[in-house]
Amino acid sequence: MKKMLPLAVVALIVIAIQVITGLTDTRFYLTQLTMSAYYALLIIGLCVVMGYAGQISLGHAGFFAIGGYVSAALTTRNLVAHKETGLVKMLDGFGLLVSGQDIYGDAFMAVTPWTACILAVLCAGLIAWILGIPVLKLKGHYLAMATLGFGIIIYRIVLASAYFGEADGISEVPGFTLVPGLTVSGDFGAREENYYIAWGLLILGMVLLRNLIDSRVGRALRSIHGSEEAAASVGVNTARYKLSVFVLSAVFAAVAGVFMVHYNGGIGPSEAGVMKSVRYVAIVAVGGMAHIWGALIMGIVLNFLSLRGVFGSYDDAVFGFILIAIMLFAPNGILSLNWRASVERLLTFANLRKRPGDQTDAPS
Amino acid sequence: MPLLEVSRLHKKFGGLHAVNDVSFAVEKGSIKAVIGPNGAGKTTLFNLITGAEAATSGEIQFNGKAIQGKKPHQIAACGIARTFQNIKLFHDMTALENVMVGRHLQSRAGFMASMLNLPWTLREEKQIRQKSEELLELLEIADYADVEATSLAFGQQRAVEFARALAMEPTLLLLDEPAAGLNISETAEVGRLIGRIRDFGITVLLVEHDMSLVMEISDEIAVLSFGQKIAEDSPAAIQDNKEVIRVYLGD
Amino acid sequence: MTAELFIQYLFAGITYGAIYAIVAIGFNIIYNTTGIINFAQGEFVMLGGMISISLLPFVPMPVAIALAVILTMIFGALLEICFIRWLESPGVLRMIIITIGLSILTREVALHIWGESIRSLPYFVGDEITTVTILGARISPQVLWVIGVCGLMVVFLSVFFQTTSVGREMRACAANRKAAILCGINTRNMVTLSFILSAGMGALAGCVMSPITSTEYDIGTGLAIKGFTVAILGGLGNSMAAVGAGLLLGILEAFSISILPLAFKDAIAITILLLILFVRPHGLFGSSAAAGLKEF
Repeated sequence: MKKMLPLAVVALIVIAIQVITGLTDTRFYLTQLTMSAYYALLIIGLCVVMGYAGQISLGHAGFFAIGGYVSAALTTRNLVAHKETGLVKMLDGFGLLVSGQDIYGDAFMAVTPWTACILAVLCAGLIAWILGIPVLKLKGHYLAMATLGFGIIIYRIVLASAYFGEADGISEVPGFTLVPGLTVSGDFGAREENYYIAWGLLILGMVLLRNLIDSRVGRALRSIHGSEEAAASVGVNTARYKLSVFVLSAVFAAVAGVFMVHYNGGIGPSEAGVMKSVRYVAIVAVGGMAHIWGALIMGIVLNFLSLRGVFGSYDDAVFGFILIAIMLFAPNGILSLNWRASVERLLTFANLRKRPGDQTDAPS
Repeated sequence: MPLLEVSRLHKKFGGLHAVNDVSFAVEKGSIKAVIGPNGAGKTTLFNLITGAEAATSGEIQFNGKAIQGKKPHQIAACGIARTFQNIKLFHDMTALENVMVGRHLQSRAGFMASMLNLPWTLREEKQIRQKSEELLELLEIADYADVEATSLAFGQQRAVEFARALAMEPTLLLLDEPAAGLNISETAEVGRLIGRIRDFGITVLLVEHDMSLVMEISDEIAVLSFGQKIAEDSPAAIQDNKEVIRVYLGD
Repeated sequence: MTAELFIQYLFAGITYGAIYAIVAIGFNIIYNTTGIINFAQGEFVMLGGMISISLLPFVPMPVAIALAVILTMIFGALLEICFIRWLESPGVLRMIIITIGLSILTREVALHIWGESIRSLPYFVGDEITTVTILGARISPQVLWVIGVCGLMVVFLSVFFQTTSVGREMRACAANRKAAILCGINTRNMVTLSFILSAGMGALAGCVMSPITSTEYDIGTGLAIKGFTVAILGGLGNSMAAVGAGLLLGILEAFSISILPLAFKDAIAITILLLILFVRPHGLFGSSAAAGLKEF
């Protein structure tokens, strides 16, 4: 169990931070740390797809949005008007609906948060599966554009659809009671509880992914990234593995979306936007494509800074800048930075050093 | 019934008829070589057999079953392994890990089982690791087990690729120019290794340019020229075959 | 649908189609010379419009437009020199991410310079209610400007690539870079030139379309996607086909308004993009062998 040590350390740090914020009356930090944890859940899933399986996804915010929006819509849209339909009666019969009164005192019926969660995640997984089959056959630019296009379609759908609240998104999303005693909600009094739920979920996600990476499946994925042709020649069904890991990452993103929406009490179209997807890719790139710990750390740090407003109105610009800088100087991520090579690169950039193969005069 | 039977195989790339009506058979337990000048279509032939390319027409039978049109991973599952002319190792993975991927078809752990680290997957992992280490021992590169595979010396990389192919416990092993880039003593090593592979009961089909190796170890040789088979016989007979000599040395 | 409405939709389609075609050709030029998809292509269009609008109070419109085009060309050259030129055989993934980053940065800088306001150049002839009558329909003369200018750009490019020595060198570079180097062609300058050309074309298109579509800091992304769709539709690298494909997309979009809610108009381009990528990535006119040659 030696490899669980880093996670144990993380758990300790998480607890320590909570205690410290309690003692120094800085509990408001917990809010951003909670949200950062949920974003990080998406990011580690994306890291496995991009870094280990080598497939770029510029539309992952779309899966986060599917998770969040579907869960939000199902738990807030009043089904009372359809009370007599077969579907509603069946759902009610299975105990999947919750009835009560809305804030105006009228009768209200909606899906329970657990049901909504499962349906939202299934929805995201199914869409990822359907999308993945054709998309993952593409390579390079084509794959990037296809995933980008997917993200934009999701964005357009939630922006244009009344069911999803159009430009205002969905709000008044109820809390999500995981088990009696543990509820995901925006309740200020429950800040600590939510903090631990978020980090517990994230740590659980890390455990699952770390196990995956070190397993036969993880090796198969890395082999696909290493040489797809050779991987196929030893019997790895490359198409199926790429699809499976894509769906898995979509599920991670959707779960993050579901939990986030119940924590925040709402969601807006910007969560599905291109900028978010790009941001996630930037973070994975910075952390090091194939370093899940790097992705985790950067995911927390950068999201936390962004949420605290440290970047001000330059938020998107910062991530754009990070993308460029990392790709130019440290394409394998910050953690694998080879300082000597980077300095050499800088010198080349400033034309102080000739590149091998530089053309000087035309051959005679 | 021969283990592998290729019948009237054709492959056209636009105007180029890379493989032109090639038929031959490989008997179980034998070592067969395919030789020919550059551009004769040897690697294309390999790619057709392993499913990396789709044949324009023709049949390939393995153990009596048709395998033309199957995807590479399916062909691997039938029991056919291959090495590549320009070695294709998995980068960012150690030599041992490369070989462990070779055990993919001999193991079962899927996504769920792997994520949850179920006890039987841990046992299976141990077995995979053990078998892979044994193979590295066999090929005398056990010292490099934890070195990143693509940073090894050329001869060692070849050995890793061999080990990876053997890890599949194949029935038929396709070797694409196994001696390319090796010196005389290394080539002799390869010859010895291929002999041992045959002793394990694995049938070998190889493409090779090194004539001494080919003549030394093959039971039978097929000669390709411009996509067509011009001879198929024992090494001694091939050496005397006028057509073969003409193709290699000119008139 | 009346005949007049039909003609109006048609012209609207051709107008937008012409713009998409120009953006697509910009993609193709850079792709042909470097194998890179320049995600920042749309920003060139945006910059052309924005810069010319900013210069308008100080110089006459034609000068403002000319200056905007020149400045954008310089910007394009700078992008290439600073960020792309000195990379040693970067992987596809890296290049994608770099140009995306450049697109974002450019956009954000534009946001900080010009804010979120929507602006536009004044109509070249008359104002927004001036019309000419063509085939029985009343069309704004600006539409003719757009179609005309874009058409001229396409003709100019054809002539440039076929007849001038520089144009031929660029084509050589696109066909086989190593061979071009061996012939003494300075391929690195060709790459810069391709960026300059694409930037200039985009900027000019941005100026000429500004009165009709307005310009704001974030029009680049949408245009880039549609331009890319058109480029793929015609076969990546094939600029003549891009013209046809652009018109096709423009007209499809224009007529879609009569069937679909307006909000989904933009979704058409993306849907087409995804369909093409799934079914026929080498485009309507490309061949899969040619697509395979441009190795990833």
